[in-house]
Amino acid sequence: MAGLLGLGTNGLLALLVVVLAAIGFYIARSRALNSVAGDARGLHSLPSYYGYTAIMLTAVPSLGVMMIWLLAQPLFTENQVFGLIPDQAIAEGSSRNLVMSDVRRVAEGLDIAVARGAMTEEEAGSIRTEFTDIRARLGEVGVALGSNVQAEVLNAAQRYRELTSAGRLWMIAFVGLLAVAGFAVSVFLAKGEFRARNTVERGILLLLQLAAMIAILTTVGIVLSMLFETRNFFSLHPWTDFFFGGSWAPNFRGNSDLSILPLLWGTLYISLIALTVAVPIGLFAAIYLSEYASAAVRSAAKPLIEILAGIPTIVYGLFALLTVGPFLVDVFGRSGLAGLGWMNGATAVITAGLVMGIMLIPFVSSLSDDIINAVPQAMRDGSLGLGATRSETIRQVVLPAALPGIVGAILLAASRAIGETMIVVLGAGAIAKFSLNPFEAMTTITTRIVSQLTGDTDFASPETLVAFALGLTLFVLTLGLNVLALYIVRRYREQYE
Amino acid sequence: MNDMRIVERDVDVKETKIVARKVQVYYGETHAIKDVDVDIDDKTVTAFIGPSGCGKSTFLRCLNRMNDTIDVCRVKGDIQIDGEDIYDNRVDPVQLRAKVGMVFQKPNPFPKSIYDNVAYGPRIHGLAKNKSELDEIVQKSLQRGAIWDEVKDRLNEPGTGLSGGQQQRLCIARAVATEPEVLLMDEPCSALDPIATAQVEELIDELRQNYSVVIVTHSMQQAARVSQKTAFFHLGNLVEYGETGQIFTNPTDPRTESYITGRIG
Repeated sequence: MAGLLGLGTNGLLALLVVVLAAIGFYIARSRALNSVAGDARGLHSLPSYYGYTAIMLTAVPSLGVMMIWLLAQPLFTENQVFGLIPDQAIAEGSSRNLVMSDVRRVAEGLDIAVARGAMTEEEAGSIRTEFTDIRARLGEVGVALGSNVQAEVLNAAQRYRELTSAGRLWMIAFVGLLAVAGFAVSVFLAKGEFRARNTVERGILLLLQLAAMIAILTTVGIVLSMLFETRNFFSLHPWTDFFFGGSWAPNFRGNSDLSILPLLWGTLYISLIALTVAVPIGLFAAIYLSEYASAAVRSAAKPLIEILAGIPTIVYGLFALLTVGPFLVDVFGRSGLAGLGWMNGATAVITAGLVMGIMLIPFVSSLSDDIINAVPQAMRDGSLGLGATRSETIRQVVLPAALPGIVGAILLAASRAIGETMIVVLGAGAIAKFSLNPFEAMTTITTRIVSQLTGDTDFASPETLVAFALGLTLFVLTLGLNVLALYIVRRYREQYE
Repeated sequence: MNDMRIVERDVDVKETKIVARKVQVYYGETHAIKDVDVDIDDKTVTAFIGPSGCGKSTFLRCLNRMNDTIDVCRVKGDIQIDGEDIYDNRVDPVQLRAKVGMVFQKPNPFPKSIYDNVAYGPRIHGLAKNKSELDEIVQKSLQRGAIWDEVKDRLNEPGTGLSGGQQQRLCIARAVATEPEVLLMDEPCSALDPIATAQVEELIDELRQNYSVVIVTHSMQQAARVSQKTAFFHLGNLVEYGETGQIFTNPTDPRTESYITGRIG
């Protein structure tokens, strides 16, 4: 029956709840109408509101519980089964997690065997490795296992299946009960004086609050998971080395130097170059567009500049690697046009900085443009009326008035620059060091996070876990900049509104 | 601009300061000012009255070429100040605006200190040789703006922190600081309460001793109180222009009479 319509048990259950809610809509509506002898003016709310109440009470709590159940059930089951695996069942070089994935695979295989009719339900629950070659039996139904199944694993897999199917039964019972109860309550309530409209209003409020809460809780969840992994890292690696050490030399045999300082230096240096490019160009573009350009130029140029903001950063990375880098080498390289021999490879701080600067231009320009436009026209008139030229007006009146907002815009751009990844992965190089030479390759926090987490990783070694500490530091840094920027921008906004 | 000063002669105080002939203003396709002829006297307060949208503010902004800052606006005709055509190519509108100061409808002090607000014009135009001269200009201007006593102890505080009436007097002081010959005021009291209005009106009357003041106002009582000459604008035309007393007591044009008696506008 579960295979009906190809929906599976969960899909079918959800469908039933939805159907019940739809029936509830019509029944509650007509019951409300009947209670006032068909004259809708006698009802507290429009008839459809009684129907919506039925939908809300029937479907929302039951489907919500079902969703939470589906998320929590596997965690609970795994937790139970996890303890069933004795230590001696874990082979040398393996881990409990690897054995657990075997357990899941065997359990799945048994499910498939039962579904195909190759095994009966009792058989799947009672077979023993001593009497049956599980690997061969499962191989017949197309489930390939890597090795012979150990008795402990099979045992755990059977327990896993038991818990899963019991959980499913409980869920169906509970969800069904909730849906029917909601249905019954809403139909019972659907009478003339019931304030269905206000109930729907409260339901909508709850929905909106839930959405806001999910967004916030996710952020909290991200931060917490980073915090836990970072704590793991600091239990394996001294925090003094991380924050105050001088070198970055990860070594997968252990005993690495993992200091954030050289990476932070690279990050800040590249961001500084990027801002040196983006701030003047973006600001001047914003001043031109908001103060000098005619309406026609403005309406054409503004979207064109904002196209820059829509280019994926990986494309900027390619641009850095394949165009800007080689061009800079042609100019500053050993046999370059300038004949200086300063630059050895295409990946360098200056390459990444320049390209990142181009990426940031639209951020600075469109934010500054909005802020300059928010300066009241009366300020400009006052200055022009005193015989100031346009540029005097901009320098002495408009920019000072817009300064807090512009500083906010620059800080937001800086936080983008610090967190930017693809451009520096492709354009900046991989060497962690303290250097003032912008033509040398250097590396940043984000590139190191990428490299520590790609390839074969062991989540118990400090060399991998350092990525979380790096990420958390980066997060704190950009969060601080964003908060500061928003604070400054808001203070400025209050002044004129 | 220097040749404008040559024209300053020792003559009757009622010398004509501004002469406008056949002035037309277009906003894009709209003909906002039609054939306006007017002679504005020196050391006199001239009021422009008329219903909203009649073009009185537009005409005022022609007198210091503030309309140049609006892209779609075109001005035709002849406007002379002290006998010089201000729309001549040789005239720099930026210099002109220093000679023809303007006070706006809403007080618009810059987000700077009171001192810097007043010193803004003199600094731009290099009117002071040193700090003490600048201090003197600032003090004199604030005294002329009748606000010195209220702000002399807090010159370094922001101008935006003053009350509305104080802000407007500060803006007048700021306009006076560049030593203009003409002062244009575009509804300077419309954002002020009655007490602040009375103070500003008193100030306008004092300013008459040194400047030719042109004021746009919606309040006919105000025009009657502060001005010696009144011009009535209607639908872009200058309907009637004459002594204030005569306009208010014995208007010749029926439209003027309808307006001041409250039948149109």
